[in-house]
Amino acid sequence: MAAHLKKRVYEEFTKVVQQQQHEEISAKKLRLTKPSKSAALHVDLCKATSPADALQYLLQFARKPVEAESVEGVVRILLEHYYKENDASVRLKIASLLGLLSKTAGFSPDCIMDDAINTLQNEKSHQVLAQLLDTLLVIGMKLTENPAVRMRLLDVACKYLTDSSHGVRNKCLQLIGYLGSVEKGATKETESLVTKDVQKIIGDHFNDQDPRVRSAAIKAMLQLHERGLKLQQTIYSQACKLLSDDYEQVRSAAVQLIWVLSQLYPESIVPIPSSNEEIRLVDDAFGKICHMVSDGSWVVRVQAAKLLGSMQQVSSHFLEQTLDKKLMSDLRRKRTAHERAKELYSSGEFSSGRKWGDDAPKEEVDTGAVNLIESGACGAFVHGLEDEMYEVRIAAVEALCMLAQSSPSFAEKCLDFLVDMFNDEIEEVRLQSIHTMRKISNNITLREDQLDTVLAVLEDSSRDIREALHELLCCTNVSTKEGIHLALVELLKNLTKYPTDRESIWKCLKFLGSRHPTLVLPLVPELLSTHPFFDTPEPDMDDPAYIAVLVLIFNAAKTCPTMPALFSDHTFRHYAYLRDSLSHLVPPLRLPGRKLVSSPVSPSVTPHEDPSQQFLQQCLERVYNLQHLDPQSTQELLEFTIRDLQRLGELQSELAGVADFSAAYLRCQLLLIKALQEKLWNVAAPLYLKQNALASAAAKQIMEETYKMEFMYSGVENRQVVTIHHMRLQAKALQLIVTARTTRGVEPLFGMCENFLQEVDSFQRCFISELPHMQDSFVDKLLDLMPRLVTSKPSEAVKILQTTLRQSTFLHLPLPEQIHKATATIIEPAGESDNPLRFTSGLVVALDVDATLEHVQDPQSTVKVQVLYPDGQAQLIHPKPADFRNPGPGRHRLITQIYLSHTAWTEPCQIEVRLLLAYNSNRSKASTRLSKSTWIDSMEAVPPSEYGIEGTIPFSKSVKVYIMPKPARR
Amino acid sequence: MPEIKVTPLGAGQDVGRSCILVSIAGKNVMLDCGMHMGYNDDRRFPDFSYITQNGRLTDFLDCVIISHFHLDHCGALPYFSEMVGYDGPIYMTHPTKAICPILLEDYRKITVDKKGETNFFTSQMIKDCMKKVVAVHLHQTVQVDDELEIKAYYAGHVLGAAMFQIRVGSESVVYTGDYNMTPDRHLGAAWIDKCRPDLLISESTYATTIRDSKRCRERDFLKKVHETVERGGKVLIPVFALGRAQELCILLETFWERMNLKAPIYFSMGLTEKANHYYKLFITWTNQKIRKTFVQRNMFEFKHIKAFDRAFADNPGPMVVFATPGMLHAGQSLQIFRKWAGNEKNMVIMPGYCVQGTVGHKILSGQRKLEMEGRQILEVKMQVEYMSFSAHADAKGIMQLIRQAEPRSVLLVHGEAKKMEFLKQKIEQEFHVNCYMPANGETTTLFTSPNIPVDISLGLLKRETAIGLVPDSKKPKLMHGTLIMKDNSFRLVSPEQALKELGLGEHQLRFTCRVHIQDPRKEHEMVLRVYNHLKGILKDYSVQHLPDGSIMVESILIQATAQSEDQGTKVLLVSWTYQDEELGSYLTSLLKKGLPPTTT
Repeated sequence: MAAHLKKRVYEEFTKVVQQQQHEEISAKKLRLTKPSKSAALHVDLCKATSPADALQYLLQFARKPVEAESVEGVVRILLEHYYKENDASVRLKIASLLGLLSKTAGFSPDCIMDDAINTLQNEKSHQVLAQLLDTLLVIGMKLTENPAVRMRLLDVACKYLTDSSHGVRNKCLQLIGYLGSVEKGATKETESLVTKDVQKIIGDHFNDQDPRVRSAAIKAMLQLHERGLKLQQTIYSQACKLLSDDYEQVRSAAVQLIWVLSQLYPESIVPIPSSNEEIRLVDDAFGKICHMVSDGSWVVRVQAAKLLGSMQQVSSHFLEQTLDKKLMSDLRRKRTAHERAKELYSSGEFSSGRKWGDDAPKEEVDTGAVNLIESGACGAFVHGLEDEMYEVRIAAVEALCMLAQSSPSFAEKCLDFLVDMFNDEIEEVRLQSIHTMRKISNNITLREDQLDTVLAVLEDSSRDIREALHELLCCTNVSTKEGIHLALVELLKNLTKYPTDRESIWKCLKFLGSRHPTLVLPLVPELLSTHPFFDTPEPDMDDPAYIAVLVLIFNAAKTCPTMPALFSDHTFRHYAYLRDSLSHLVPPLRLPGRKLVSSPVSPSVTPHEDPSQQFLQQCLERVYNLQHLDPQSTQELLEFTIRDLQRLGELQSELAGVADFSAAYLRCQLLLIKALQEKLWNVAAPLYLKQNALASAAAKQIMEETYKMEFMYSGVENRQVVTIHHMRLQAKALQLIVTARTTRGVEPLFGMCENFLQEVDSFQRCFISELPHMQDSFVDKLLDLMPRLVTSKPSEAVKILQTTLRQSTFLHLPLPEQIHKATATIIEPAGESDNPLRFTSGLVVALDVDATLEHVQDPQSTVKVQVLYPDGQAQLIHPKPADFRNPGPGRHRLITQIYLSHTAWTEPCQIEVRLLLAYNSNRSKASTRLSKSTWIDSMEAVPPSEYGIEGTIPFSKSVKVYIMPKPARR
Repeated sequence: MPEIKVTPLGAGQDVGRSCILVSIAGKNVMLDCGMHMGYNDDRRFPDFSYITQNGRLTDFLDCVIISHFHLDHCGALPYFSEMVGYDGPIYMTHPTKAICPILLEDYRKITVDKKGETNFFTSQMIKDCMKKVVAVHLHQTVQVDDELEIKAYYAGHVLGAAMFQIRVGSESVVYTGDYNMTPDRHLGAAWIDKCRPDLLISESTYATTIRDSKRCRERDFLKKVHETVERGGKVLIPVFALGRAQELCILLETFWERMNLKAPIYFSMGLTEKANHYYKLFITWTNQKIRKTFVQRNMFEFKHIKAFDRAFADNPGPMVVFATPGMLHAGQSLQIFRKWAGNEKNMVIMPGYCVQGTVGHKILSGQRKLEMEGRQILEVKMQVEYMSFSAHADAKGIMQLIRQAEPRSVLLVHGEAKKMEFLKQKIEQEFHVNCYMPANGETTTLFTSPNIPVDISLGLLKRETAIGLVPDSKKPKLMHGTLIMKDNSFRLVSPEQALKELGLGEHQLRFTCRVHIQDPRKEHEMVLRVYNHLKGILKDYSVQHLPDGSIMVESILIQATAQSEDQGTKVLLVSWTYQDEELGSYLTSLLKKGLPPTTT
């Protein structure tokens, strides 16, 4: 396309010739630099007088990328120098460069493999050897499909395994881990022999003298496993020995290996040392990993605690032991039930530490039955949960959660421990345990004392904790009516203490009520403070606490038909009010004698098609058939439909996304039609300078709307993106036409024309697959006319465009399955305060911002906070990624602080705070389809097809904050 | 045989008056220097005359190590250093050095001012004594002299408590002092690396206890206090001024804040303020939580806890009082106890261990009528509760520490004999190491086999390792060399060098052996046969046929001579130096078997 254009330009204007020449020169330059890279390096390296110089050159060289085709040449030069070089550090750098180079995309490193292996032979320095092996690893990784190469590299690795340096041995093991053959039961027997060898070779290094090599060996083994090689069970005993290694990294890796083996062979039987009994391997491994929860190094403890969570095949009595510290039974005797009972009895020798003197020695017991250390699983979680490091505690809580999810009986048992964790001194741990509790809450029922401990946390000053707790209470089962009452009382206490928790508390009570209707029933008179004989005063309808109580009762009443009989008159009135104002919290109730409330959405009529959905479809169909109407009625119909859709969106929250989306599209169409209906098109150019304001404004507005449509809705599919882009293209055409008619002279038009044609071109490239769906559309016609457009003069081109635009039909917008509009609500600042925030000018004041975001994709990078000062100055703030929390799917919470500052004002004034959604059209779905090349050079060669437009869309109501920067006192 | 000798002067099968003498490789170290709570006579201090009758102690002891600031571990220090006389170094950690003199001064005041004892150490003596103290950091290796070095590990228990490793050459002893393996509200858990000492001297206060999870304990404690306060009762918690007191303060403080309680909490002692100051300072010695949050708020700045005045004890209404000392044997805690004992609404919570003979021990073992001074009988109606809050490791904790350190033997101190017996049995059974539990004054001797380092010349090492296969680190390797013992040092050198150094001429020792072979053929033919035979068997060695008709196998010479009498018998002379003994004897045995029949 661009070439066509150039040709045309060349024909008409002699000026531009130079430009082309210039371009040619630059192209030549590019070609020149390519071969020079290796040559320059060669020259540089020859020039280098000292190793330090050579290193400098190499470092400089490493900063620039190399094209795939010249890699080999560069490698040759490097190798040449490698052989000549005496200094180990330079050789090391060269070796590392070789590795980097062989990573180059599009370069096949098999040609340099031989050389790399050869260099190993004469190398004396261990560090360089290790680096060379690393390079070989890189080469091997690129050529994993080639078994011959792999065999060769394996041979090399095995050869250097005997090196005296740990670094070299490390790399060899890594190489074996990554390249050891995986194919099991391959065609030839030799293949399987090699397979066996690999594990044996690695296994031999489990006893290496250097801990780094030992851990590398284990890691290599794990690598083999990751690549799909089935590890042999014989390694298990070796791995068990490594658990008592002196070095933490070895122990940590060994724990992982044991875990892997326990997942591979859960049911095989292993003997218990020092006895002739046997247990399942997974149980044995579980005991051993539990043991590591009390390791000396916290890194190992975290590792062990984490892995425990995923061992779900473990037998239940082992699992339950982890919560029991006093039960001092050892693994050996666990098999028979009566022996277990006896041990339980004899373990009573130990004192609990709660009562003085209960540890006085009683009768002589069979001390063999009481085992202090080897009992493995005993109390692992008790230890883990009271560990010194909170990292370990969190890992333990997580593991507890995972195990409890798979075992209801364990869930019941671990409840006490989890409840205890609610009082941990570190907030993260408390939060984690609350979340854990929520996850397992369908398995458990809280006792009153447990509920008591849980509810005490409601007074926590941290908002996250309180909200997590509300979520937990939403799905908790409570056993007694006292429990419900207690929960309500505590929640109300919470409400008075922290009024901002209102929404969250109401929601919590909604679920609490609907879960326990029978428990709420006896509480109703007390809660509503009704009296059998006397009329009690009507409570204040705006009191959040009263609303909270009502939410609880109404939700309970939904499944409890006897309850409304206990309501007094004003309760019914309040019900009607709340049902309207807080419809998401108050369910529809079937109330006796009050048909006006209960009938509309009663569950009696449930057609398959939702009526509102049908309505939406009908609206849209109506619009899509409108080609045949006259322009005037088209406009009217569009206006009506837009109004209908907007209203529908307000009424029916689940259809809001679709309705808004369609409405926005129709609005674009309406604007386009209006602009084209202008009389201006018939008037001679100089006369309509004024009128065209409408047309160009329409074009601008359509552009804005299309960006909103593309970036503010989640769930937009490719079909829609095409339509949106198409609409934008139309807007651009309109813009071009308007400019063409208003500006005098042709020269500025050239650029615009060219740009537009490029747009069309890139549109075609991006959406080539979608073009068949777009019969008769603007772009379809345009592409037919393309050859003419390209060769014609700008003024003619504009004319063609105008007719095409007017003739083109309205494109049907296919509706996606699920579409949601991104919305944001700023909770804090509330914008109601009359007290200005005072601060000294020139200094900074921090403003807490708390907002909920819905259906925002990747909020960390797109959501910005904007502050507008009264003087029109605007400030854009990028919140930290850590400020975003994700409480549920599609929901985000932004809690951040923004810093304000200004020069002194004479009186307080309001600033506006709002949230913006940033977008970048380059990041859009369209451009991802273009192949992206990695090298910077190639990126330079191809100019970016679609220049990225960055912009922001405001998507929250702005909140006014009263501030007052005072002049500084002198 | 090198040996390590351990003699407890106190804390042997007993709690209190910790003082243990250790002799290791000729160095004498005293671990802790404490007093006994149960006695007011001479028995309260260790018997230092055991060390020497009339000489200066400095001549007999290389250093003194104090593990932490509790009086049963440092109470006798001024007496020992100033009154008995010791001028050598005393080691303790920085927090211990800071807090120890406050406690000693307090102890002195009670004994001298209140009880009116004379012949007790003075304030000046405490000061002089503290001047001899050298403070150490955690994990810092301190060289006491050229050979003796000590190193401190974190022990939990109280602020600044440490375990000490004492090392001379390759022999080492670890003394744990008091330690805690479970972290609490203000301290972390004890930790030691795998140092594999020859002997681990461990406390064993809770040798037979396995405690519940600390969270249950805390919850129980808070519940009891809360219930009593709501009932309008008074709660007395006898504590020692430092250690558990701070732990319980933090616990109650956070609870009060959370539950928004109004009942006053008092702390009885003036010295606490001073000590709390140090707690605020030594943040690095506390647990993860306090270390991480002290920037926002130092946890030791209490909001709800106020200083106690004696008059408050008679105030009506609920209150919580922390009072010293912890075993109800004297002082304010005993006074308050007397006042409140009669009311069943009140409660006393004993948060820790009580030594036999104290009031605390008596009420815990269920006595309801106590005989006080002056023949008064006090009836105890208040509730007596026991919550194990003392920060000692329980049986499982002790085992855990042993597992971490992997000692070659264990010695138990600081516990009751009966309980020790049980733990000793367990340790021996599970770790298969020797375990000792000496009584006071009883010496335990254990033999060690220390490694003796020998210098080897690099040339020799390289030469010897080059011979044979790849070095395998796990297997011992045979080497040839000469050991020279000179000037208290050992060196392994090559024989040549040894000869040179000693100025001796080299003598060669050669073995020559005759082997008779029945072979009728000519000499050179037979030699050729022998040559071919050996060449066939000894593929790995160099076998040469020399022009003079002899055979060289490596450096072994084989020559054939004809026997004059019998033409059929040939004699082979095999000659080798003593270095080649192995190969030489192998060759002769080979040749003695005869040559294989030739197929001509």
